[in-house]
Amino acid sequence: MNQRSTGFIPRVLAIPAVLGLALLVLPLGALVLRVDWSTLWTDITSPEARSALGLSLLTGLIATGVCVLLGVPLALLIARSTVRTAAVLRAIVTVPLVLPPMVGGVALLFLFGRTSWLGGILSEWDVRVPFTTGAVVLAQTFVALPFLVLALEGSLRSTGVGYEQAAAGLGAGRWRILARVTLPLAAPGLVAGIVLCFARAIGEFGATALFAGNAPGVTQTMPLAIYTAFNGAGVSQGTAVALSLLLLVTAVGVLLLVRAWRAEAPR
Amino acid sequence: MTALDAHVVVQRPSFRLDASLTVEPGEVVAVMGPSGAGKSTLLDVLAGLLALDEGFVRSGGTTLDAAPRPRVRTAPSRRGIVLLSQEPRLFPHLTAQANIAFGLRVHGADARSAATAAHDWLVRVGLDGMDRRRPSQLSGGQQQRVALARALATSPAALLLDEPLTSLDTETAGDVRALLHDQLVATGTAAIVATHDALDAVSLASRLVVLENGRVTQEGPVREVLAEPATRFTAAVAGLNRVVGSVRAGRWHSGGLGFEASDQDDSDGRAVVFRPGDVGIERAAPDDGLAASTSGVVWEARVTRLEQTPAGVRVRTAEPEVSVDVSADRVVEIGLFPGTPVHLRIDPADMRLV
Repeated sequence: MNQRSTGFIPRVLAIPAVLGLALLVLPLGALVLRVDWSTLWTDITSPEARSALGLSLLTGLIATGVCVLLGVPLALLIARSTVRTAAVLRAIVTVPLVLPPMVGGVALLFLFGRTSWLGGILSEWDVRVPFTTGAVVLAQTFVALPFLVLALEGSLRSTGVGYEQAAAGLGAGRWRILARVTLPLAAPGLVAGIVLCFARAIGEFGATALFAGNAPGVTQTMPLAIYTAFNGAGVSQGTAVALSLLLLVTAVGVLLLVRAWRAEAPR
Repeated sequence: MTALDAHVVVQRPSFRLDASLTVEPGEVVAVMGPSGAGKSTLLDVLAGLLALDEGFVRSGGTTLDAAPRPRVRTAPSRRGIVLLSQEPRLFPHLTAQANIAFGLRVHGADARSAATAAHDWLVRVGLDGMDRRRPSQLSGGQQQRVALARALATSPAALLLDEPLTSLDTETAGDVRALLHDQLVATGTAAIVATHDALDAVSLASRLVVLENGRVTQEGPVREVLAEPATRFTAAVAGLNRVVGSVRAGRWHSGGLGFEASDQDDSDGRAVVFRPGDVGIERAAPDDGLAASTSGVVWEARVTRLEQTPAGVRVRTAEPEVSVDVSADRVVEIGLFPGTPVHLRIDPADMRLV
C-alpha cells in the first residue's frame, strides 16, 4: 500500500482501533461458541421457541406493514415541506429513535391505559389495548417507524421534484407520478427503510415489555423469551441461545440485504 | 386562434416580470435576454410551475391561468404544454424507449402501441438501436434527443425550450439544433425557445422577443430585430456596436466620434450601429494629430480591454464604448495593450442611424 492511499494517521492509533473492533466482535463470537450445535434444531423447534418465533414474525410483519402505510405518506410530507417545517417534523420523528424504548413503553401505557382519556373511550367500546398482541404491534411500530421515514425521506429529498415536474408536463396525474416516478426513484431508500424497520421491530424489547407484557403465546416475542430464559422461568437457556443466534443471523442478513440494494441503486 | 397568448406579471421583492407574448400555431418564437431578465420565470409560468400575480395565459382559446380576478389556475398536467429544460430530466429508472412511452401511456395509448411509437420516435431523432439504454448510458446530446422525442410524442399545444443546448459542447449543440429545427417544422409544433445564443434564434425562430429586466424591450422578425437593435444587449447579441449620441446642426456625435448627418433634425438619444470588423485601428503616435487627409471618420480612443474571440481579438475602447475586431497578429504588430492610445477609422457608409 502506498502513502497516497494510507494518508498520515499516527500508527499507534491502530491499537485502540483494534480494541474497539474486538469489543464489537468478541461478544458475538462468545455467543456463537455457546451454541450447542447438537441440540440447536430441537432448541429452535421447542414449543416455547416456536411460539415466540411465530409471534415475532407475525407482529414484526404487521408492524412493518403499518409502518409502510403511515411512514411513506409521512416521508413524502416531510420531503416536500419547506426547509423549516421539514426540520421540525424530522426532529419529531427522530425522538422515538433516540428515546430509551422503555420510556416509549411507559408513554404508550399512559396513552392507552384504562385511566387515560383515550383508553377510557376505547374501554367503553370494550377495546383493551395494553397487554395484547395488538400492543406488541403498536410498540414495534412506535420504535420502528422512524427508521422507515428517515431512510425514505432522505432518498426523496435528494431526488428532488425535477422528475415529477417533467412527468406532470407530459400530462401525468399525481397518483401516476407517485407510482411510476416518485416511489421507483426512491426505491433504494424505501427498501432500506423497510428492511431496517423489520429488523428493529423483531428486535424490540423495552417498549413491548412495559406496554404488552410477557405472556407466552400472546405477547412473548423472541427478545422477551430470551430475557425470560435467563431469569430461569419457562424457557430453557439452550433455547435462549438458539433464539439469540437466530436474531443475530437475521440482523446480519438484513445488513447484507441493505448493502446489496445500495450497491445496485442507480446514480 | 393562437397556440399561446399570455400577459404574465410576477412580482418578487426585488424583481418584477411584466411581459406579453403570443405564439401562432406552428410558430417558433425566441426569447433572448441577459441572465436574470426573467426568461426562465416566464417559461415556468407558461408551464404552470409558477403562479402569475396578474395577467393571463391562454392556449387555443382556453384560459389556462388568470389573476387576480377571476382567479384561474390549471395544473401542469392538464395544460398540454411541455417544458424542456437545460437538463433533459429523463427518468433514470426507465429505458430510453420507456421514457418516451411514458408520455404516450399517459395520453391513453396501450403498452404495445406506446412501445412501437416510442421506437419510431427514437429512429426519428437518430437513436435507432438505443431503445434499451438507460439515461446514464447515453451522452448528453443523446439524452437531449430522447427528451425532445418524449416531449414531441405527446403532441403538445406548445413546447417550451429553456436553454436546451447550453449544457452541450459546440459540435453536439449544432447537431441537436438542426434536429430540433427539423422536428419542429415536421410536427408543426408551436414553440418558445429561451436562449442567450443568437444562433439558436436565427436558426430556430421566425420571431424574436428581447426580455430585459423583466420587460420586453424589442420584438419582431428575427432579422429585423438583429439589424436594428434597440438596446445595447440586442446589439451585443447581433454582434454590432451601438453608440448613442445626439444630432446637432446636421452633425451626429458621441464623444470623439462624429459624422455629417445633414438630413437629420436636432435630436438626442440617436443610436448609430456598425460592425466591429468595419472599424480600422492604428496606434496613435505621441505628437501625431488626426490625419485629415485620410478618408472616412477618424477619432481618438484608448484601449480598455482585449478579449479573445473565435476569429481573433476584440479590442474594447472607451469614449464612446466601441468594439473593434482585429486579427491576433495585428495586435502584436501594432502593439496593443490596455491603455494604448489609438486612432479608429470607419467609412460613414458602414454606419447606420437607427
